[in-house]
Amino acid sequence: MTNDGTIKPPPAQPGRREAAAIDVAHLSKTYNTTRAVDDISFAIARGSITGLLGGNGAGKTTTIAMIMGLVLPTSGRIEVLGHPMPDESAEVLGRMNFESPYVDMPSRLTVRQNLTIFGRLYSVANLRARIEKLAADLDLVEFLDRPSGKLSAGQKTRVALAKALINEPELLLLDEPTASLDPDTADWVRQHLETYRKQNAATILLASHNMLEVERLCDRVIIMKRGRIEDDDSPEQIMARYNRATMEEVFLDVARGRVQETTS
Amino acid sequence: MSQPALVMGISPQRIAAMILRYWYVLISSWPRMLELLYWPALQIITWGFIQNYVSQNAGFFARAGGTLVGAVILWDILFRGQLGFSISFLEEMWARNLGNLMMSPLKPIEFLLTLMVMSLIRLVIGIVPMTLLAMVFFGFNFYAIGLPLIAFFCNLIFTSWSVGIFVSGLVLRHGLGAESIVWTLMFAMMPLACIYYPVTVLPHWLQLVAWTLPPTYVFEGMRALLTEHVFRADLMVYAVAINVALMIASFCVFLMLLKSARRHGSLIQVGE
Repeated sequence: MTNDGTIKPPPAQPGRREAAAIDVAHLSKTYNTTRAVDDISFAIARGSITGLLGGNGAGKTTTIAMIMGLVLPTSGRIEVLGHPMPDESAEVLGRMNFESPYVDMPSRLTVRQNLTIFGRLYSVANLRARIEKLAADLDLVEFLDRPSGKLSAGQKTRVALAKALINEPELLLLDEPTASLDPDTADWVRQHLETYRKQNAATILLASHNMLEVERLCDRVIIMKRGRIEDDDSPEQIMARYNRATMEEVFLDVARGRVQETTS
Repeated sequence: MSQPALVMGISPQRIAAMILRYWYVLISSWPRMLELLYWPALQIITWGFIQNYVSQNAGFFARAGGTLVGAVILWDILFRGQLGFSISFLEEMWARNLGNLMMSPLKPIEFLLTLMVMSLIRLVIGIVPMTLLAMVFFGFNFYAIGLPLIAFFCNLIFTSWSVGIFVSGLVLRHGLGAESIVWTLMFAMMPLACIYYPVTVLPHWLQLVAWTLPPTYVFEGMRALLTEHVFRADLMVYAVAINVALMIASFCVFLMLLKSARRHGSLIQVGE
């Protein structure tokens, strides 16, 4: 731990940057006088699932939005799949995708129409077959010809996930993927994400408030607080370091400033 | 972003996908389709009767048959051209779909080209029935204007797109709180573009302002054609020159506002 009470991220492993799906260095974002993200650096290995944790206003959404190119950083550098963002975004946008509660899909269009349009935007080959497969995988077959706006929250999340997977992305960015879902649907979505990662060797970065989700899905967790990285390690290592049995307890310790690190 | 980088790699497939998206919206809602026809029809009926009344009571208008009706149709091309562009853009804001598009391989230039095509499609749906009404009820054959009509149309549609690009940039940057600009900005042009009266009606200093607007040249050109039966090619050339400058300026402003929206995080907060 540093003398200002924060925990140092683990040292970068040799060769890690070369293999990184996302490489962020000294990234900061200031809105007027508010420092939303404050000099963060991390690299995410290809094929991994990383959780971005933190309370409201910790800087998770801003960080993901900067990685996607929706928000310009005040300073720092971002590389996605080996390309600097946002300068070379055209090189990578077709190889990544995202899902966020801050965006919707046109509600008047049917699920099939929405998926068709996004499939064409991403130049998906054999689009009809791809939509049929996604519909079968995500249990959307009976909703395909229903307007997206007339679906339940759980069904909408599955449609958003289908849109996020339409181009079989190498990199998937998810902001609260299971927010507002019942436990059964949430578990089902997690299962699907795990399967997708295994089958496609995809990289997933997800922001979440659901600690069970993080424990189950993530190889690595980056905890943010007030725009800074508070901790960065595997869930097991973090729980051991904080001497806690669950990530929920770790989260509360971090959120309430009760850092109880038991250094090894 | 440099100009060549913007133009290079334009994908007709992505533009077609976006046109399909707006087409789906259009055909999914009969009130939207009806609205496209309703206002132009109402306009032409109202102004057609005014034209009939005035032409029976004033020698000038009796000679200048169709000046008012022609002006109404050309004004609608200008106004509805911009609305057609901007409403398609607003559909994305209303649907909170802009983030999905900005994160997709769709390029800003492809998005703008799509909006231009949609503006034309909406215009055809609204204006063609309007011109038929003018022909049937008021004996004004808009298409009899002939080749000059192409020059009038192109100049007006390019102005409408420039305004559309500019106001879309404002909404992109400032959110739906700036939506009213979409509906009202074109009306600020109305008195200066001299739609229903010649430029000479304006005070001298205001005439100078009026001549900076391409539609002024079009409406003057239309009056010259209908009253004096002369096609003023010089006016059209001036209008084209100003339109080119306007289009480049509005496109640059759009890119600046898009960059500003990215800097301020407006793209992830698309509300008011």
